[in-house]
Amino acid sequence: MMASSYSAKEEDGHHSGSAGLGGAAVQTRKPDNTAFKQQRLPAWQPILTAGTVLPAFFIIGLIFIPIGIGLYVTSNNIKEFEIDYTGTEMSSPCFNCSQSFSWNSTTPCRCVLFFSLDQPFESNVFMYYGLSNFYQNHRRYVKSRDDSQLNGDLRSLKEPSKECEPYRTNENKPIAPCGAIANSMFNDTLDLFYIDPNGTKTQILLIKKGIAWWTDKHVKFRNPGGSNPNLTAAFIETAKPVNWHKPVYELDIDSENNGFINEDFIVWMRTAALPTFRKLYRVIQKKNNMTPTLPKGSYSLEVTYNYPVRSFEGRKRMILSTISWMGGKNPFLGIAYITVGSICFFLGVVLLFIHHKYGNRNNSSDVPS
Amino acid sequence: SFSRTIYVGHRPCPDTEAFIPSKFCDNRIVSSKYTVWNFLPKNLFEQFRRIANFYFLIIFLVQVIVDTPTSPVTSGLPLFFVITVTAIKQGYEDWLRHKADKEVNKYPVTVLEDGRSVKKESEKIKVGDVVEVVEDETFPCDLILLQSSREDGTCFVTTASLDGESNHKTHYTVPDTEKDLQALTATIECEQPQPDLYKHNLPFLSLGPENLLLKGATLKNTKKIYGVAVYTGMETKMALNYQGKSQKRSAVEKSINAFLLVYLCILISKAVVCTTLKYVWQSKEGQDEPWYNQKTQKEKDSNMYLKMFTDFLSFMVLFNFIIPVSMYVTVEMQKFLGSFFITWDKDFFDPEIQEGALVNTSDLNEELGQVEYVFTDKTGTLTQNNMEFIECCIDGFQYRYRDTQSELDGFTVTDGPVNKLQQKKEELFLRALCLCHTVQVKEAGSEVLADQVDGIDGLLLQPEEERGFIASSPDEIALVKGAMKYGFTFLGLESKSMKIKNRQNDIEEYKLLHVLNFDPVRRRMSVIVQTTSGETLLFCKGADSSIFPRVRPEEVDRIRMHVERNATEGYRTLCVAYKQLSAEEYAMADTGLREARLALQDREEKLMAMYNQVEMGMSLIGATAVEDRLQEEAAETMEALQGAGMKVWVLTGDKMETAKSTCYACRLFQRGTELLELTVRTLEDERLKRDEKLHELLQEYHRKAVQDAPPVKAGVTRSWSTANQDYGFIIDGATLSLVMNPPRDADASQYKSLFLQICQNCTAVLCCRMAPLQKAQIVKMVKNSKGSPITLSIGDGANDVSMILEAHVGIGIKGKEGRQAVRNSDYAVPKLKHLKKLLLAHGHLYYVRIAHLVQYFFYKNLCFILPQFLYQFFCGYSQQPLYDAAYLTMYNICFTSMPILAYSLLEQHTSIEILLDNAALYREIANNAMLRWHPFLYWTVLGIFQGLMFFFGVRFLFSNPALQDNGQVFGNWSYGTIVFTVLVFTVTLKLALDTRHWTWINHFVIWGSLAFYVFFSFFWGGIIWPFLKQQRLYFVFANMLSSVSAWLVIIILILLSLLPEILLVVLRKPRGPHSRQVYFSLPFPLLSLNSSFLPYPSYFLIFSLIYILFCSSFILHHVLTRCDVTQSQPITRYLKLYSYVKQWLVSLLVAGLH
Repeated sequence: MMASSYSAKEEDGHHSGSAGLGGAAVQTRKPDNTAFKQQRLPAWQPILTAGTVLPAFFIIGLIFIPIGIGLYVTSNNIKEFEIDYTGTEMSSPCFNCSQSFSWNSTTPCRCVLFFSLDQPFESNVFMYYGLSNFYQNHRRYVKSRDDSQLNGDLRSLKEPSKECEPYRTNENKPIAPCGAIANSMFNDTLDLFYIDPNGTKTQILLIKKGIAWWTDKHVKFRNPGGSNPNLTAAFIETAKPVNWHKPVYELDIDSENNGFINEDFIVWMRTAALPTFRKLYRVIQKKNNMTPTLPKGSYSLEVTYNYPVRSFEGRKRMILSTISWMGGKNPFLGIAYITVGSICFFLGVVLLFIHHKYGNRNNSSDVPS
Repeated sequence: SFSRTIYVGHRPCPDTEAFIPSKFCDNRIVSSKYTVWNFLPKNLFEQFRRIANFYFLIIFLVQVIVDTPTSPVTSGLPLFFVITVTAIKQGYEDWLRHKADKEVNKYPVTVLEDGRSVKKESEKIKVGDVVEVVEDETFPCDLILLQSSREDGTCFVTTASLDGESNHKTHYTVPDTEKDLQALTATIECEQPQPDLYKHNLPFLSLGPENLLLKGATLKNTKKIYGVAVYTGMETKMALNYQGKSQKRSAVEKSINAFLLVYLCILISKAVVCTTLKYVWQSKEGQDEPWYNQKTQKEKDSNMYLKMFTDFLSFMVLFNFIIPVSMYVTVEMQKFLGSFFITWDKDFFDPEIQEGALVNTSDLNEELGQVEYVFTDKTGTLTQNNMEFIECCIDGFQYRYRDTQSELDGFTVTDGPVNKLQQKKEELFLRALCLCHTVQVKEAGSEVLADQVDGIDGLLLQPEEERGFIASSPDEIALVKGAMKYGFTFLGLESKSMKIKNRQNDIEEYKLLHVLNFDPVRRRMSVIVQTTSGETLLFCKGADSSIFPRVRPEEVDRIRMHVERNATEGYRTLCVAYKQLSAEEYAMADTGLREARLALQDREEKLMAMYNQVEMGMSLIGATAVEDRLQEEAAETMEALQGAGMKVWVLTGDKMETAKSTCYACRLFQRGTELLELTVRTLEDERLKRDEKLHELLQEYHRKAVQDAPPVKAGVTRSWSTANQDYGFIIDGATLSLVMNPPRDADASQYKSLFLQICQNCTAVLCCRMAPLQKAQIVKMVKNSKGSPITLSIGDGANDVSMILEAHVGIGIKGKEGRQAVRNSDYAVPKLKHLKKLLLAHGHLYYVRIAHLVQYFFYKNLCFILPQFLYQFFCGYSQQPLYDAAYLTMYNICFTSMPILAYSLLEQHTSIEILLDNAALYREIANNAMLRWHPFLYWTVLGIFQGLMFFFGVRFLFSNPALQDNGQVFGNWSYGTIVFTVLVFTVTLKLALDTRHWTWINHFVIWGSLAFYVFFSFFWGGIIWPFLKQQRLYFVFANMLSSVSAWLVIIILILLSLLPEILLVVLRKPRGPHSRQVYFSLPFPLLSLNSSFLPYPSYFLIFSLIYILFCSSFILHHVLTRCDVTQSQPITRYLKLYSYVKQWLVSLLVAGLH
């Protein structure tokens, strides 16, 4: 790819021997004649010229454009469905729930949204909830957690980090899990039903395992008291986060998914990069090769509306998406690859043109000395 | 009190009222700065006095006090590192000084105490102690010589370690002291210590400098002496002279400071923008404190304005990495380590003196690549200072020594008859040569190695003569040797009597009465001797200008012709005169001289006046011509320097004709050069007064050299075309002082600027008849002229010290005139010819290296911090850092520091051979070309471009954070890690693109630091660190690598960021006639001589490309929508794609404007 000249300016070979013997006896101030000291280390001296870079441009173009097309097609083939259930508009089924929200209400507010899928979702379907204008990346919010408490450290359980303020203690009891992130955990419940053409509703099985990073679930997050099955005892003398309905040891009945290692909790604790984000909620596993995971047709989404977003003008969405090897739907990468590939190719053509013009005018201006 | 009283042997004098043992300091030398106890506070205090360190300390303190986004460790650790490294370095240096001090202080000496010799440590000597010193020992303190083992009461001393003068100086015992030192009671009164090495006022007991032995000097040729300590320890002359030179700062450092200011402005404006926007953003309902993110009680209570201020500080802290601490360390390290290449260079090694180059300061390495004016001394620098007697002229007849002819004594008159009278004059002349000097004969007993001492003329150690001469000036040796060839041999000086052997092999004896020493102002020296017959004679030799006015005018004309002819041939000429003193005259002179010598005040002036009085009314005998051969490759070196665009000025004390001929010989003046003379001679005019004539001449020369000269293109100020008329300018000392201080003050600035303008348009300038101070004056004038050009002074003698100290870069030549120039220089080389490599190769490379280093550092920190700044727009201006604290800290210390350090030590963008062969390449980097605003802007724009790329590239990727093939999502730390990975790779690869010289070290360091980054990230994310409050990066990096999308985005962003750079490299390739001869390319675009038009077209090309892309898509869009061809399938596909692109671009713009 590069025109290069390998200049081997070697030191004289006799030096090391003579210095070793004579150096001790006769101390001269003559500088050592080594390649390093004389700045004569053998060196590769690459020279980028039009002649060497041109093929590179073409090669990059030729590689990137197919990759880009591949990425673009892959992204396009991903099925994605998105529905907003914030309920700020009068027409929305969740309007009432969003309007009448109160922290103290004991009976959960429910609303049902109907939608239909135009195309079947063939492979595994991933269900996300999306929030907008929710600053999970605000500094005060990001640092408001105690990782050693979440790692099962007993001392931190009793004495949470100062970073958790003002969600550190409640009624003189340490909050577990402490901090703003944990306190604001997303607690809407989303249920999905398939409505047969004949009108029967069947609930779709939503799997809540495998939504968090494996290392988070198994190493970073640990319940206090290790594998002790009695979580209630482990969390004794602690308070639940202020905005939670249930304490942390009642998040799930499954002991493998309860307490700090509840996957919904772990997912929430991984703070999002941008104020508009989505988080994995459930997975819908493909049953067999014959039927699509989500066939074409009507569906209903039943929401238990617990999470207020109106106060900060947030939005809530439910997203159904299939996944490819590159992740979720995102045309950006494909377009970027196609664009860069085309630019490189185009530049290659332009450079070739210039190169030829120059090359003809003053012969071999290109030949390195 | 102005004087101190010393009791010899601590015995009180009987006639003084009371013995008050006065307090003097002990004889301990302390050159160290610190002790164990005060090292820490003192060193810290000194380090924090530096602006940069202080700034970082403030940032650190802000981080400690205010609740800031990054932990104090992120800036504390680098600062701690910097401070520690510097402290260790300074501590080590101080330890070395302690060691050296200890060696001196513990050195055993013998002190006479109550009649017994007592061995003592040197530091225990007290003022008043009588000290014994034996041969070849150095004096432990300043002593008054009381007794010498030599019968004549003298001793010989060399001061080689003090001033480098290796000649033996004679010192005398105090006259009329008691022989028994036990019984001696005396007081000495002398003045308080003062630092001047060559001025001692010891007025009492008629003691003079010849009685004072200085600490550090070595006893020679004398078995043993006794002396009383007068100044001890830190009050000795040596200690008082021990002081650091004033610091010189390089132009690069000034550029760094300017850039720093720009970046400080960027930093502050960033912080201001963020703070303002934060409060604008917060003013919206529900944004500041949503239910999920409540403030603590303390935050709620705090004052709004205080809050704003701390927010501002927090932003400052968040973005403070834009001004890198590590840059200072790296620059220091680069300079320190880089300077070793100069000392190691074997091309600088001179086998004759067995020495190589010496680097006294490493602060100015890059300045060597920026020199515009070279001021060179003539004698010993351009010429060898290896004198040979060529001919003489006696009473108007020319004599030339011819080896081949076997005529009488080989001494032939070439242009005149020989008669008896002539014979007499001849002998008088030769006697004068034999007597009027300060040469010493080297005694057979004292072995002096030829290579140790630089005053010995190797030629004189011929076996048949068995005699060596030692003198401070090689001229004198040449003259004595010349006289020897003609039959008069100087045998030596013993107890104030000089012996010479005349032609008849008889020994003549002269009593030496007085030596009127040589000095550069008087430019002559005299001796007063008494013949055995009782005649008192004064012999004087000196420059023609200083002798001619003091002799009878009618004698002058006959000799002047010869002197001038000899001078134009490049010989050094001296005139010899004599005078017979009558008894009264001598008595007057004798008392006058003695009085002046013992004067308490204004001794110098009084002596000078007395000398002038004595040296009057002499008669001229003749003149000598001594050849001073040119240094090796002097002409080639000068030619190369001029080819490199440097202006060479010769500043010499020599006379004009001699200097001019040297200039011609060095090819500084060429045959076609028109000489513009401004000397005392050209100012002589019947019609006009001197200053009027000066005005006229200046105007005329200005017209010639400046106004009529073809206009020089801007940017290429150093025209080097042969078509132009070359001018050379000559000025002498007297005229120069007239220019500098004209009779009418109003003219001063006008004359100066005229003079400067003329000089700047001349290829070479010769200033002759310069006093040392005038040399410095000229350097200063040029240094402070418009554009403040970088000046370099090179010289070898004590008279060059002032100009060496004055110039930006001072170079000393390890010549024969002692070591003073070397001691005061910044760099010292053995020979003039080494200057070429020092400037053209080393200087050029150092400049390119450090300039690139500086630009690169600013660039890499700009694109490091820009994404962090942009992230604030997406996190509610909450000072949330984008990168993890470990990355923030390690970025400059570990991940990106080594490659640039290796680059800045090893880079050779053009090989040394090519640099040496093509002096014109030096012009490429002239005027600080790589650190001007244009390249700085380029690097800044590049940094901004890449920073935008990094941030928004990942931003668009994160529009859907589900990036793993199992549907799991990435959070904010993954976002930062991806940006950071792209950043580290791009910045390192950018350096790789710039590297033109890949040694194994570069390979190792570049690929090694990338590997280290990956390894570190795995390691850092692989463990739950117990000491961390938050495990932010736990498995973030590994998860990132498991995502194909992340890989793809990293690859494309790196490529896209480097694309413009690659494109520029290709387009910048120099074309044209020169490109085939010299293939080189600097790692950045700049206006260069043979590719001056190229950078702009390349910019133009890129912009036009982008423009064409935009336009064509715009037109396509219109055409497609107009034609309404959306029915057909492929076009809908295309349109969809196109709308995506448009969306992307629009959202990019929106985000940019956001």
